[in-house]
Amino acid sequence: MSENPESAEVVPAGTETLDVLSSGSGAFGIDGTPDVSGYGGLVRRVYAAPAATRPYGGWFDEAVDTLADALGEAFGPAVSKVVVAYDQLTLEVEREHLHDVMQTLRDHPGLRFEMCLGANGVHWPEDAGRELHVHYPMLSMTHNRRLSVETTCPDEDPHVPSVVDIYPGNNWHERETYDFFGVIFDGHPGLTRIEMPDDWVGHPQRKDYPLGGIPVEYKGATVPPPDQRREYK
Amino acid sequence: MGLEEKLPSGVLLTTVEAVAGYARKGSMWPATFGLACCAIEMMATGAPRYDLARFGMEVFRASPRQADLMIVAGRVSQKMAPVLRQIYDQMPNPKWVLAMGVCASSGGMFNNYAIVQGVDHVVPVDMYLPGCPPRPEMLIDAILKIHDQVQHTKLGAHREVEVVELEAQALQAIPSEEMKGLMR
Repeated sequence: MSENPESAEVVPAGTETLDVLSSGSGAFGIDGTPDVSGYGGLVRRVYAAPAATRPYGGWFDEAVDTLADALGEAFGPAVSKVVVAYDQLTLEVEREHLHDVMQTLRDHPGLRFEMCLGANGVHWPEDAGRELHVHYPMLSMTHNRRLSVETTCPDEDPHVPSVVDIYPGNNWHERETYDFFGVIFDGHPGLTRIEMPDDWVGHPQRKDYPLGGIPVEYKGATVPPPDQRREYK
Repeated sequence: MGLEEKLPSGVLLTTVEAVAGYARKGSMWPATFGLACCAIEMMATGAPRYDLARFGMEVFRASPRQADLMIVAGRVSQKMAPVLRQIYDQMPNPKWVLAMGVCASSGGMFNNYAIVQGVDHVVPVDMYLPGCPPRPEMLIDAILKIHDQVQHTKLGAHREVEVVELEAQALQAIPSEEMKGLMR
């Protein structure tokens, strides 16, 4: 939230409730003068959208109420945060309850989210204790509605329940997220790498994974790979 | 003073090497190996406007066993590399490889962990074609140059001598880093 006094300064008026995870300035390793990059004054914040307050607007209230009724007492511990950002509804779900929530979202007549369009990994190194997020875009063809479900897991224990038994189409998506981010989907029928070779070491889409690359030889000169010739921060 | 002086008119003499080279270059069957945007230019080369049929090469074989020129058009990822090598191994000899575009030649702009930094890490390359992507004219130029190579390829013992010579030349080549002078 906005306890951090530094973040309170940079957050624009009217949006003080942004969850700022970290803040930095400059780019390309430039500090002070001469700032030849022009990016020295840049302020970059890593932030998450704030929790929404009622009314959420449109059909969002109805959908959240329907889900709350269907889940009953489990709704409170299951859905930790409801976010409305960029005209989209996102439910942040605790991973222990993810499977029940997804089953309800698919089967409940008032929700009927028949399609889950994937399992996208996101790595937030700044988000302590919940470094790895998995984001599920959902579509209800019955009601012509879309929402997102997001769940998190810490880096030390990267386990998230698989939803392949509910949405079989997520099979390869979960393999991809495992391949690139190292999220282990418990209950997946065959969790192996899908994009990288089977014997690959590491999970390349994590932010701490090196870019790789080799020095490029030109006539009379050798240029180091991009991540070694300048600092990205 | 030779056989050619005693021949009646209308008889042409040549060498087996020249005939074999002529036949090989005149009947080249490219294998499709389109991997990225270079493949679009490669397809354009085969289409009527640039008309690779002029060189008898308009049919791109999807089966490597009926092909003798592999045009690697695009970037080769680490996972694609064993597939590419298998396709190459399935092609019958004699066979040639054309690395089309900078990605296939040296990794190009994809200087990262996912892309093989030049297809010559996986298969022997006969012709490097720069460009991102190269225009069909450039591909045709590379194909004509590879035709020239094929025409003048030696056979048998001559070829063995040639291989040794080429190897010796390659070992003496100056690394581009140590080259001086203009950028060409």
